[in-house]
Amino acid sequence: MDFLNSIILLTNFIIVPGITYGSQLALGAIGVTLIYGVLRFANFAYGDLMAFGTMIVILVTWFLKSKGITFGLLPTALLALPVGILLTIVVSLFFDKTVFEYYRNKKSDPVTFIVVSLGIMFVLNAVVRIIIGPNDINFMDGHKFIMKAREFKQMTGLNEGLALKSTQVITLITTIITCSILFYFLNKTKTGKSMRAYSNNEDLALLSGIDPKKIVLLTWIIVSILATVAGTLYGLDKSFKPFTYFNNLLPIFAATIVGGIGNPLGAFYGGFLIAFSEIGLTYAYKKFFKYIMPEGLEPSTLIQFISTDYKFAISFAILIVVLIFRPNGIFKGKVI
Amino acid sequence: MINNSDFKICFSVMTVLTILVGLFQSWGIALSMLNLCLISAVMAMGVNIQWGFAGLINFGVMGFLAIGGLATILVSVPPVPEAWSAGGLGILISGLFLVAVVFSVLIINKKIPNYKYKNYFIFFIIVLSIPLLKFIAGPSISKIESINAATSGFLGGANLPIIFSWFVGAILCALVAFVVGKVCLGLRSDYLAISTLLVSGIIITIVKHEEWLSRGVKNVIGLKRPVPYEVDIQNSEWFIKLVEFFNSSKLSNILDSDEKVSLLNQLVITSSGVFVKLCFSLIFLVVVITILYFSEKALNSPWGRMMRAIRDNEEAAKAMGKNVVKQHLFIFMLGSAIIGFAGAMLVTYDGLFTPSSYQPLRYTFLIWVMVLLGGTGNNYGAILGGFVVWFIWIQSAPFALLVINIFTNHLEETNYIKEHLLNSVPYFRYLMMGLGLLLVMRYRPKGLLPEKIIKN
Repeated sequence: MDFLNSIILLTNFIIVPGITYGSQLALGAIGVTLIYGVLRFANFAYGDLMAFGTMIVILVTWFLKSKGITFGLLPTALLALPVGILLTIVVSLFFDKTVFEYYRNKKSDPVTFIVVSLGIMFVLNAVVRIIIGPNDINFMDGHKFIMKAREFKQMTGLNEGLALKSTQVITLITTIITCSILFYFLNKTKTGKSMRAYSNNEDLALLSGIDPKKIVLLTWIIVSILATVAGTLYGLDKSFKPFTYFNNLLPIFAATIVGGIGNPLGAFYGGFLIAFSEIGLTYAYKKFFKYIMPEGLEPSTLIQFISTDYKFAISFAILIVVLIFRPNGIFKGKVI
Repeated sequence: MINNSDFKICFSVMTVLTILVGLFQSWGIALSMLNLCLISAVMAMGVNIQWGFAGLINFGVMGFLAIGGLATILVSVPPVPEAWSAGGLGILISGLFLVAVVFSVLIINKKIPNYKYKNYFIFFIIVLSIPLLKFIAGPSISKIESINAATSGFLGGANLPIIFSWFVGAILCALVAFVVGKVCLGLRSDYLAISTLLVSGIIITIVKHEEWLSRGVKNVIGLKRPVPYEVDIQNSEWFIKLVEFFNSSKLSNILDSDEKVSLLNQLVITSSGVFVKLCFSLIFLVVVITILYFSEKALNSPWGRMMRAIRDNEEAAKAMGKNVVKQHLFIFMLGSAIIGFAGAMLVTYDGLFTPSSYQPLRYTFLIWVMVLLGGTGNNYGAILGGFVVWFIWIQSAPFALLVINIFTNHLEETNYIKEHLLNSVPYFRYLMMGLGLLLVMRYRPKGLLPEKIIKN
């Protein structure tokens, strides 16, 4: 019984939140890594692109709700998602045409790209704050819980409860669907293969007749989809605040580099690695040890590696460790 | 220096902007803008030394500014004796422990150069030391934080004049930059950018949450000042006489003596604020000119030429026998020290230390916009960037207000769109910054005052 209790405890406080947060980071990190792989720069505007997409989704959600349209048990935001994706694609392509294309044709160095992406970051930041304001917005509706902790306790008779929010399940399912389609596209279809070829060796890809314009267009479309989906899922699960989205860029970057920059599968794993270490290292295991240790040997301290205040700092520290030991990432990315 | 055309441009822009604001808004606003411009100019010069001279991209500006700010507390705040007696020993022991860990890592790194698993061993030591450190320091920290939690709850500082803290901040930053540089400087440009940004995130987290050290999110207010307080000047004889002298024409028009006294009082109060700001401006101006002088000297010295050579062609510089790694580390420390100096200046000017206000957008990327807009590799450019960007940053809200009012003039006061736009006026500054940066990068990629190539 105690053993079961301890397992449920860990599932409730580490595994379920870890999978949810990890999925959100993974989706974001794949976007960053694709931009790096194909367009060859670190896009600092990505967090704000996520915020922009989510903002559109929220606005459409509000509009739908005012018309009385909801999605039954599921959040209305899922209905609004396609519109958000579409507008985010438009914005991405607009910035690509007006800003990035010029520097791509000039073959500028990566630092120039970073700097102009900072400019876009400022602009998007302003646009989001002007349109929707800087405050916390909760746009989750529909059924909140699939299983409440109390119900679980009654059902199983255990001491520990397992709560399952519907957003957590939605996040997981959406991530599985999005990633399966994406990896199928990248690995099996001709267009996806040409994209990877372009990322691997630009000149060789050009020689084999791959149209770079098409590849760039495609990358921005995929990236915008990923950014909007990741942003919306994060907003549904927690809440929408422009500043948080900007801050989330940092763990996303960490996940990208840990997984090997330019490597989508690596970014996927990197997202989960970062999420689980953030949650796992800041969790106090006192209760867990109370269940599994024999009586009299229970720990008196919290058994916490580092306090929860340092949650973000952990992902940064992991990144720095990875940069020192394996600068190409745990799963080999681009040679740097 | 005076005959330089860049200097003239810089100086005239600075004067014109200050006078314009002084005439149209008020002299108090103009001077506080000037002061923050001067502080920004120091920050921009620090970044310019790293990026303009050596091509090192440092997105950790925010972290170094916070360390400089922390130094003001460590130096100027009076110590809290109860806290020291309660937990001072524990903190000192854990401090020694930390030093021991750092030294053991350094020694291991030096003494066994070719052992295969050396890095893993070092990693293991660092990971193990964190819970140990927590175990040693934990009880004393909670003791310190529980003493007078509402008003102090931290160790306090050394109770020295706050001017010292500027230098202490610079030294602390140089030390931190040494560690950061050892770890990160080997990385390629964009990786260096990301990793320094993350390191600054770690620094902010520490400053924010180690309450025994900095009071964390509870902030420290009422810091000392290098200049007199308004209240003291208002009561001093000479200042009242001075105000009387400057406003003699205004005062002589009034015949009623009571009215005269009340007007004089009012004038004394407003001008005392201006006077204090003027004192700050003078100190800051001295700092800016000193740093400018030395950076110009350095830029035109053999050392400056070597740095530019390393920046433009690292391989060639290596082939000429220059120690690129060492020079990079040195210039990274130097630039960070200047940034830390500016961070301490900023906190001194504000009179309070609020760790939660350090955000990358304002304290890292805005400084970068200053450098890029002003002109990389040119000290005058950095100063000009500091002025122009801070001016736009401050003035874009009133400007946006004006534009919105013109365009929505025909709408009613209660119109939803108008109200919404008026509420979001503060965010137009981000838009201005972004557009400004994008335009400069496109049409003047070298900045407003490009780097001068000296041929000799």
